[in-house]
Amino acid sequence: MIHSLFLINHSGDIFLEKHWKSVISRSVCDYFFEVKEKAVDPENVPPVLQTPHHYLISIYRGKLFFLSVVQTEVPPLFVIEFLHRVADTFQDYFGECSEGVIKDNLVTVYELLEEMLDNGFPLATESNVLKEMIRPPNILRSVVNTLTGGSNVGDTLPTGQLSNVPWRRAGVKYTNNEAYFDVVEEIDAILDKSGTTVFAEIQGVVEACVRLTGMPDLTLSFMNPRLLDDMSFHPCVRFKRWESERVLSFIPPDGNFTLMTYHVSSQNLVAIPVYVKQNINFFETGSCGRLDITIGPKQNMGKTVEGLMVTIHMPKVVLSANLTATQGNYTYDLTTKVLVWDIGKLNPQKLPNLRGSLSMQAGAPKPEENPSLNIDLKIQQLAISGLKVSRLDMYGEKYKPFKGVKYLTKAGKFQRLSLSFL
Amino acid sequence: MSTGALYNDQGGAEAAVEAGQESTPTSSGSGAAFGLFSADFKKNEDLKEMLESSKESLKLEAMKRIVGLIAKGKNASELFPAVVKNVASKNIELKKLVYVYLVRYAEEQQDLALLSISTFQRALKDPNQFIRASALRVLSSIRVPIIVPIMMLAIKEAAADLSPYVRKTSAHAIQKLFSLDADQKEQLIEVIEKLLKDKSTLVAGSVVMAFEEVCPDRIDLIHKNYRKLCNLLVDVEEWGQVVIISMLTRYARTQFTSPWKEGAMFDENNEKAFYESDSEEKKGHTEEKPYIMDPDHRLLLRNTKPLLQSRNTAVVMSVAQLYWHLAPKHEVSIVTKSLVRLLRSHREVQYIVLQNIATMSIQRKGMFEPFMKSFYVRSTDATHIKTLKLEILTNLANEANISTILREFQTYVKSQDKAFAAATIQAIGRCATNISEVTDTCLNGLVLLLSNRDETVVAESVVVIKKLLQTQPTQHSEIIKHMAKLFDNITVPMARASILWLIGEYCERVPKIAPDVLRKMAKSFTAEEDIVKLQTVNLAAKLYLTNSKQTKLLTQYILNLGKYDQNYDIRDRTRFIRQLIVPSEKSGALNKYARRILLAPKPAPVLESSFKDRDRFQLGTLSHSLNSKATGYQELSDWPAVAPDQSVRNVEIIEAVKEWTPTVGKTKQPKSDDKFYSDDEDEKEEEGSDSSGSEDSSSSSSEGLFMYFTMQMFSSCLAAKYHFPRQPCLYQPSMVAVQVILSNSSDHSLEEIHIGDRSPASLSIHCFNTIERLEPEASVTVSMGIDFSDSTQAANFQLCTKEDQFSVSIQPAVGELLMPSSMTEQDFCKEQGKLQGMNETSATITMETANASSQAISKQVLSVANVGVVSSSQNNFSRFAGRTVSSGALVLVSLELKESSTALLTINTEKTVMASMLLRDIKQALTQA
Repeated sequence: MIHSLFLINHSGDIFLEKHWKSVISRSVCDYFFEVKEKAVDPENVPPVLQTPHHYLISIYRGKLFFLSVVQTEVPPLFVIEFLHRVADTFQDYFGECSEGVIKDNLVTVYELLEEMLDNGFPLATESNVLKEMIRPPNILRSVVNTLTGGSNVGDTLPTGQLSNVPWRRAGVKYTNNEAYFDVVEEIDAILDKSGTTVFAEIQGVVEACVRLTGMPDLTLSFMNPRLLDDMSFHPCVRFKRWESERVLSFIPPDGNFTLMTYHVSSQNLVAIPVYVKQNINFFETGSCGRLDITIGPKQNMGKTVEGLMVTIHMPKVVLSANLTATQGNYTYDLTTKVLVWDIGKLNPQKLPNLRGSLSMQAGAPKPEENPSLNIDLKIQQLAISGLKVSRLDMYGEKYKPFKGVKYLTKAGKFQRLSLSFL
Repeated sequence: MSTGALYNDQGGAEAAVEAGQESTPTSSGSGAAFGLFSADFKKNEDLKEMLESSKESLKLEAMKRIVGLIAKGKNASELFPAVVKNVASKNIELKKLVYVYLVRYAEEQQDLALLSISTFQRALKDPNQFIRASALRVLSSIRVPIIVPIMMLAIKEAAADLSPYVRKTSAHAIQKLFSLDADQKEQLIEVIEKLLKDKSTLVAGSVVMAFEEVCPDRIDLIHKNYRKLCNLLVDVEEWGQVVIISMLTRYARTQFTSPWKEGAMFDENNEKAFYESDSEEKKGHTEEKPYIMDPDHRLLLRNTKPLLQSRNTAVVMSVAQLYWHLAPKHEVSIVTKSLVRLLRSHREVQYIVLQNIATMSIQRKGMFEPFMKSFYVRSTDATHIKTLKLEILTNLANEANISTILREFQTYVKSQDKAFAAATIQAIGRCATNISEVTDTCLNGLVLLLSNRDETVVAESVVVIKKLLQTQPTQHSEIIKHMAKLFDNITVPMARASILWLIGEYCERVPKIAPDVLRKMAKSFTAEEDIVKLQTVNLAAKLYLTNSKQTKLLTQYILNLGKYDQNYDIRDRTRFIRQLIVPSEKSGALNKYARRILLAPKPAPVLESSFKDRDRFQLGTLSHSLNSKATGYQELSDWPAVAPDQSVRNVEIIEAVKEWTPTVGKTKQPKSDDKFYSDDEDEKEEEGSDSSGSEDSSSSSSEGLFMYFTMQMFSSCLAAKYHFPRQPCLYQPSMVAVQVILSNSSDHSLEEIHIGDRSPASLSIHCFNTIERLEPEASVTVSMGIDFSDSTQAANFQLCTKEDQFSVSIQPAVGELLMPSSMTEQDFCKEQGKLQGMNETSATITMETANASSQAISKQVLSVANVGVVSSSQNNFSRFAGRTVSSGALVLVSLELKESSTALLTINTEKTVMASMLLRDIKQALTQA
């Protein structure tokens, strides 16, 4: 299936190669570089390419290209999903997935890749299984290892791989048993010029951090599961149970994982938590323009809107911006033509406002279209769809679940809204 | 290269290696990296020393740096001899790194790689399943053709291993061996066939992968396993699910009848009702059987549906394509929501999913129409994502939603991404042709775009307008005039060419403008692009025919320019046009028809989706993504008109096999059926005799090549059964492996089960570890090894619990004291020649006719003796070879078929006693049917 993998950095250097079958010369990447050159923006490189003898399937993550070479028919999503899983594993092991980190941990990376595929077919992709075989690096251990000559390869063998619950390792022990769940919802919305909603929907995800001893069997139930329209589950969730009772029943993996993602049914109206008054004008003469933006709270269920940030991609002719913000500060990047206004907390008593003039290239025609605004914000302790977790039960383990087993899930911890005002 | 100089300074053998490595160009960013590398090379000299040192930590350090070199694509083959020495290291990490190195370089250093083979062979017999598996993994990854037979043997053994993990590894090894030596196909298929029967979810995905790679056309192997695969599917790991689902899609298309027929038939019948007499209609109905879905077909659809909720996008996609290709039309739409969900995933996932949705949305608008807004383009999308979304929106457009879509398109046209704006204009053009209500609106909108500042937008609009005008040219002379006016400002060749063509085609509608445009073109002809020149020649020719008075000279001039053009296409066209339109003596009959040729009404171009013909590929495949057939693509066959026999998928349940599903080192509750079964027997036996340790050799059933003898040893509370798994004993090669299942049939738990005294005292037994505790009704499988010293004398020993002890006796059949030995026909004959005279025993037997085929003979012989088949070139000879387990003496069995189902059975071996016993057993097996 997957023949070889090349890791390529932003400037086009191949800094790691791994072959699971016979060696393929790295010159195969030249086809890719050709396309990359043409595409200008790395995001625009098509993920699937054909060369005379091979097919190249690539993903772009963290300024890196993961380029895999395949020789025969294979579902492209299979490869793409796997490559993302590799990137996720790196992220999980090293905290980030970047060139520097991969180069620093080259041997661990290589050992991981060796375990993840056998003859191009995924072998162990569960992070719990991998962590049993290859321990993630940490400073303490590397010090100990240098002193004692110990290794970061586990001497125990990955028992998880054999059991019916491959995602959980055996013999988990904690002194503090705890389970945290984060319900994170995102609103995707497009508002038109007048501020009416063109399109809005809510996507949610339940992230879990479970540290429980032994083999706990958890049941998580919602107050209003009907809100959920379409979802995908971690393999640990018993689907039959969900279908019949609408509860999430599962033996959790150890540590952090994504329990489920969901989509809130489109019948429900989506509350847009802020409104934006914007006025951007470019004048025909005098090569300048005016900008005036005000943001105010709309439907935020009495919670405070935080982390408010407005990003505007200005037309190319805008040379500089001379603005004043009543709250927060703004930056204008001259090369990328991006105006960022970082507001922070929204104060309903004193609405933040940004106004001033834009200076444009002399003689250039007036931009035909006003730029769109992208808005970022967070609201703590609120799931905008109204989804609530009612209870979490644990079976299968004798120990009295420690008080620390708490659920942060009563309200979502974090939302992000990306509104692009066209 | 300054690097070269640096290395030379350091001198030593390494320099040569380094020079070779620099073949990969290092580019701009490598300044810092270079420093790092050179530092590495400085130390490279001592890598060998480090590897040969006695300190583990030094070796490990060296290996880490070597793996670093490999990862960077540098050559480290120089160090092969030093590295390979460490293959047997005790340190797990060191060993793993050596494996990495070996797999990378073994192909290049075949002779040296052979040094490591024996280590792996030893590891293949290790009691730890992970060590066995990893040995097989590495052994099969070393691409050295000489070891093909060793690999083959290892795969065969691993495929019968008790550990599902090792069996999984063997499934992977099958593909590796196949790619190394395709001649092994037949033997590998046998292994695949065996592994397909495996019930472990761990194995299923891998063996189906091997099946797809080695013998995707052997659909017959799937029949018996079809239902099992369907039922296991949910529990198989996600990658295996993808492979199994795509294989089952292909399978279903060959085995079931089309679920789509009904609808189509129904429509036809409706029409018939209108036009044909009642009697005929009735006849049609009686002939048409109502469609009933095969329950197996339904099983597949039902069992794959939950996987739509998988977190793995590849699994969701594969279920979606399965429904698309297999489900009744009205059921397909259940996949929509899940596919739309995938659009929230990574950019690359979106790309593939959108491609598939684009293909689907052409045939089934309704599936995605409710989700139209999910395909709205965002300014942050990558260009190829935007284009695909546009494609889908265009496919979804209909009378009802067109105004919404067009409004959306209007914003796209203003996008700063000009390539995307151009694509939008194309899309508007398609909507305009497909939905006649909006044609005029679209056309007007496009004409407005002609005054756009951006050239690409204008050019694209011109091209699209040209296509639209062709469909209804009558009312649009104004637009043509408008375009002619814009002509001077447009520089994009394609757009200029389009305008010229339009003016030429409709020159009679713009009689004043056309000659003027030609005049301008005559001036700039030499500076134009080829495509514009060709259209200029066309325009000139058309005007010459319609308005020769004004344009004759201009045309002459242009034709003269064209005659001397650099491009031969243009010279060619010019010559052709001149002959066609200018009357001369030489010009033939064509001249008369010039007008009809050049000014013939032309059919309007059809604007259609580029995904129109993509459905010839199975959805979700690489071929579909590329829109061209990828290597190894398996066509999805059409539904068969008549369903093939359904009964092929029926599976007889073989009790004995089920009973012996290997479980390793793990206490497991036996299946309830078994429990009942053994309880029953227990009681019966107790009535019969009170004495503990009585033996009862129960019926032996055979399945394939494996034969199990079960024996029950009864006491009031502990029941034990044993069988010979026919595997090499893990503990000592001279022992015969015996598996014992102990079950507690009492009502209290038994403790400290172990083996006590044995007789004869010299008997060497490898005992199982003491079982601390066996709960009531529980059973446990243990394996032990017994050295029978090549005699059928029973091994007697005491089986003890904390309170009690029972004497047990295991008597092997002579055939179980052997192990298969693989040899060629020549070797067989040679060895047979050495074992003549006293060492030969033979008998003539009359066989049951059912047993006369060589396959049947093999089956019967293998059922009584654990020997290996020697491939034979003669049809009437069957040969088998084995060795005795303890002393390793050869045992050769040959069978020569004579007329009228008599045969000569010969056994050659030093062990004459065994020979006569074996002869008796085989004779019995062959004469009884």
